[in-house]
Amino acid sequence: MQLIACPWCGPREEVEFHYGGQAHVPYPDDPGGLSDEEWAHYVFYRDNPRGRFAERWNHSAGCRRWFNAVRDTATYRFERVYRLDDPKPLATELATSRRNTAR
Amino acid sequence: MRPRSSTPRTPGADLPEHPDFLWRNPEPKRSYDVVIVGGGGHGLATAHYLAKNHGITNVAVLEKGWLAGGNMARNTTIIRSNYLWDESSAIYEHALKLWEGLEEDLGYPILFSQRGVLNLAHSLQDVRDSVRRVEANKLNGVDAEWLEPDEVRKICPIVNTSTDIRYPVLGATYQPRAGIAKHDYVAWGFARRADEAGIDLIQDCAVTGFATDGNRVTGVQTTRGTIGAGKVALCAAGHTSVLTDLLGIRVPVQSHPLQALVSELLEPVHPTVVMSNAVHVYVSQAHKGELVMGAGVDSYNGYGQRGAFHIIERQMAAAVELFPVFARAHLLRTWAGIVDVSPDASPIVGRTPYDNLYLNCGWGTGGFKATPGIGWALAHTIASDEPHPYVAPFSLDRFVTGALVDEHGAAAVAH
Ligand SMILES: Cc1cc2nc3c(=O)[nH]c(=O)nc-3n(C[C@H](O)[C@H](O)[C@H](O)COP(=O)(O)OP(=O)(O)OC[C@H]3O[C@@H](n4cnc5c(N)ncnc54)[C@H](O)[C@@H]3O)c2cc1C
Ligand SMILES: [Zn+2]
Repeated sequence: MQLIACPWCGPREEVEFHYGGQAHVPYPDDPGGLSDEEWAHYVFYRDNPRGRFAERWNHSAGCRRWFNAVRDTATYRFERVYRLDDPKPLATELATSRRNTAR
Repeated sequence: MRPRSSTPRTPGADLPEHPDFLWRNPEPKRSYDVVIVGGGGHGLATAHYLAKNHGITNVAVLEKGWLAGGNMARNTTIIRSNYLWDESSAIYEHALKLWEGLEEDLGYPILFSQRGVLNLAHSLQDVRDSVRRVEANKLNGVDAEWLEPDEVRKICPIVNTSTDIRYPVLGATYQPRAGIAKHDYVAWGFARRADEAGIDLIQDCAVTGFATDGNRVTGVQTTRGTIGAGKVALCAAGHTSVLTDLLGIRVPVQSHPLQALVSELLEPVHPTVVMSNAVHVYVSQAHKGELVMGAGVDSYNGYGQRGAFHIIERQMAAAVELFPVFARAHLLRTWAGIVDVSPDASPIVGRTPYDNLYLNCGWGTGGFKATPGIGWALAHTIASDEPHPYVAPFSLDRFVTGALVDEHGAAAVAH
């Protein structure tokens, strides 16, 4: 079974986690000013890339805390886990970390 | 000279002739009136009905792998039309009527077996929702019945209807005309007919980009060169976003792995199709004898055509809960496809911001049953530049207008 490294608890089995979809989708700054189309994009549309994707995960059967991860949707490999208040890692940072961790 | 009988023979020389190929393997032409991206069931059915219903045959179906090697090869082949809303039952019932005449239309065996589908109810809320769905189905002319547990047992004696299990069977909806078909034969039947009509089925041809001119798509870039196109239809299922991203169009689908499994071959034991949303599994027995099972998607987005094993374990646990007799069956094989799930569990079909680009996606876990229906309606939409009434409610702009077609109740686990 795939292990996911919770930033607080360390590596745990995938079954302990709950998927939360795309990360870094902020609530609109000015909700009243949004058009129907803009609301549609906020409510229904999420990116769906093949490759790197910044996502939210919850360690629901563990510490029950949310965190973010960059995962490759083609290989399912986690490239980075980070706290919700951390900025989205840059592609260049990920490229180096991949080299460091790849065995 | 040695006697003839001892002359060494070329290996295989005594085998029968190779059967006729079902389709040519043509080189792509420079351009086509219609280019269909994706050679799964939907792309092939669309090609067939473009030729049959509209006389449009200067058409290519471009497939990045081999024909019908995506979800068409991987699905569990449940066919039914007992969806809740008018919009859904209209297109799924149209598809079911086409299934009923498809073998004749294609002149090819598809092993369509109308053995009926039971959708089990395990809670009071399930019962209420199911009875409501049965009534809605009847009003839409879809055959549907509500069955009490003893009637469920008559139709499928191996379902555990005892009252002391964790999720007792409180009844079921039953659609007698529902059933299964042989997915590969369906694809080959459509492919053969399309090929006979002169349509080019081009394998090993991945679309990697689009040529556009203002509001029009003028062609596709592929791994086998650039191909001009009068109209383009996307039938790429789980890979739709990868293509629409190239065009700068956003589509509200998420691609997920969806797994299924089969047991070893068994004597006929399971006469119908049984689906349970609450216990989370569905099971039928294929013609050859294997038990075919599936359930819900893996939770995360994924393009890997594989999923996690704990999902398979849960499916098997659920199956044994409902069918104690399966406890001794052996798991033979598991696999996954990539399904494109939409926010309201309904498809997204029709026009796009590009005048001559047509979208067909979002069928998620349940598009096999729609294959002839969507091919028929999408061909009409392409030919007349006007969404067919069957697909009009499933336009992309419903996410802006709010006119969703929420089929989570009928489609969540149930394919
Ligand atoms: C495990 C599983 C079980 C299922 N069970 C059922 C069921 O019981 N009943 C039901 O109704 N439905 C079921 N489904 C859903 C059903 O299989 C799909 O909704 C349906 O097959 C989608 O249409 P399609 O056949 O055209 O898709 P596909 O066969 O996936 O066709 C899409 C094609 O597009 C090709 N493609 C993608 N990108 C490109 C590109 N860039 N260039 C060229 N070609 C490209 C792919 O290679 C693929 O062949 C199931 C799916 C799975 C995975
Ligand atoms: Zn944790």
